[in-house]
Amino acid sequence: MADETPTKPVSQPDELTEPFFAAGEEGRLLLATCVVCKEMRLPTSPTCPNCLGEGYEWNQVSGRGKVYTFGIMHQRYHPAWEPELPYNIAVVELEEGPRMPANIIGVENDEISVGMPVEVVWELEGEIPVPRFRPLA
Amino acid sequence: MPHQLRGAAAITGLGITPMGRIYGKSSTDFAVDAVRLAIDDAGLEKSDIDGLLINAGITGMTGANGVGLQLQNALGMGDLRLLNHMNAAGSTAAQMVQYATMAIDAGMATHVVCVFADAPLQQGSSSAAAYGNAGRRSGPTGILGLSAGAGHFGANTAYALAAKRHMSLYGTTQDQLGAIAVAERSWATMNPRAKMQDPLTLEEYHASRWIVEPLHLLDCCLVSNGAVAVIVSPANQAKAMPQPPVYVWGMGQGHPGDARRAGDAAETETGARLAAETVFRMAGVGPEDIDVCELYDCYTYTVLVTLEDYGFCKKGEGGAFVEDGKLGPGGSLPTNTGGGQLSAYYMWGMTPLSEAIIQGRSQGGERQVEKNDLILATGNGGALSYHASLILSPHAN
Repeated sequence: MADETPTKPVSQPDELTEPFFAAGEEGRLLLATCVVCKEMRLPTSPTCPNCLGEGYEWNQVSGRGKVYTFGIMHQRYHPAWEPELPYNIAVVELEEGPRMPANIIGVENDEISVGMPVEVVWELEGEIPVPRFRPLA
Repeated sequence: MPHQLRGAAAITGLGITPMGRIYGKSSTDFAVDAVRLAIDDAGLEKSDIDGLLINAGITGMTGANGVGLQLQNALGMGDLRLLNHMNAAGSTAAQMVQYATMAIDAGMATHVVCVFADAPLQQGSSSAAAYGNAGRRSGPTGILGLSAGAGHFGANTAYALAAKRHMSLYGTTQDQLGAIAVAERSWATMNPRAKMQDPLTLEEYHASRWIVEPLHLLDCCLVSNGAVAVIVSPANQAKAMPQPPVYVWGMGQGHPGDARRAGDAAETETGARLAAETVFRMAGVGPEDIDVCELYDCYTYTVLVTLEDYGFCKKGEGGAFVEDGKLGPGGSLPTNTGGGQLSAYYMWGMTPLSEAIIQGRSQGGERQVEKNDLILATGNGGALSYHASLILSPHAN
């Protein structure tokens, strides 16, 4: 029966993003940084969408940011998420600029606000580390 | 000096199929029906048509048998001088009219049919499933997959996040979003084609279930099967055709795209700003001259932010602007006068465009606005990613 339990669609590391997830297992957040113009990019891509330069390096960032916007999901959409309804969805603007889609944990949905300072927390979903954010202490 | 293209072409034909939960027809079948209706409406023969521009809806983006170039064969149209299958999501309808206008002006074609068709609804399945399944069809890997990994699914999510950002920055309220839903429903009560014809109160709006806070069910558009086709013709021929011509005065586009980089604010300052500059410049008018708005309304919030970006009010003041009911019947800025996609029918950019044509022809019946000299019709797609617009007029110049 266990096989029939729906599982959440978790992002799988691929060739481009393996370092991102490997660092996540260690609780660190890396962003790809263009070696030409130094813009940090999210999502990762082979070439820089700012200067079209090739080549990037992974740099560790603070993992801190602010809630840019958020919503509360009530819609039955994916069976694996149904037990968690209503759950929050958020976009976090990192201190370094890029924005990440994520969930806010460690706080009630009605206590989340735009601008709230947060920090990354990596949680395992199966074997895959998933970045989530909690209010900054 | 007016722009050389202002008034160069006119919309001379309009074909609208039955829309809604209509089963047993493919999107290609619907498209053929709409084209036949548009040709009849324009008083043309099929052989007069020498241009065909095609836009599939969501079924064209999911591989679910969306209408494509095979429509030419289904229509039995050979010797076309202009043909393409176009896709910039909900901005495509306005864009097709733009490219048709330019092609006609360039002498590349004479009567161009622009058609949108979609059939995502299946018997026994919900409207949400029609779009939800599309969003779930693939599990992106890498960082692109973080959205799904965080339970961000579908367009409802993207627009809820955008609306919340606006509410937080500018104090926009739920009542103000609701005022848009109520105003559009008031118009829909007078539109025989509208799916939702019962009047709506603000209380009923608030009582509708949450989809993704801050969006209630009644902040979200319908989903419809069906098709709409329009015919664009040279202005000098339009005068002699049976329907009152609706002239193309202005055309504009603005596309922030989907790859939001640090500092981008497309959630609250959309591609409509760029399109506004171009469309007003070409038409030689400004927002104060517009009599009627037909704005793409996938969500109530889309209407609010679009009004701001066209300069009908200042950035951040859209909530207060719509709250007094000025968008509804008898208001100072009649907007989405057929009920829009929230209350009438969901044909992507063809919903605002079709109603703009009806109002421009003065064929709106009970809901016809008194002053229709200049009509703004917009299209928006993606997550406020793509935008195109037209200014239309019953006057040649």
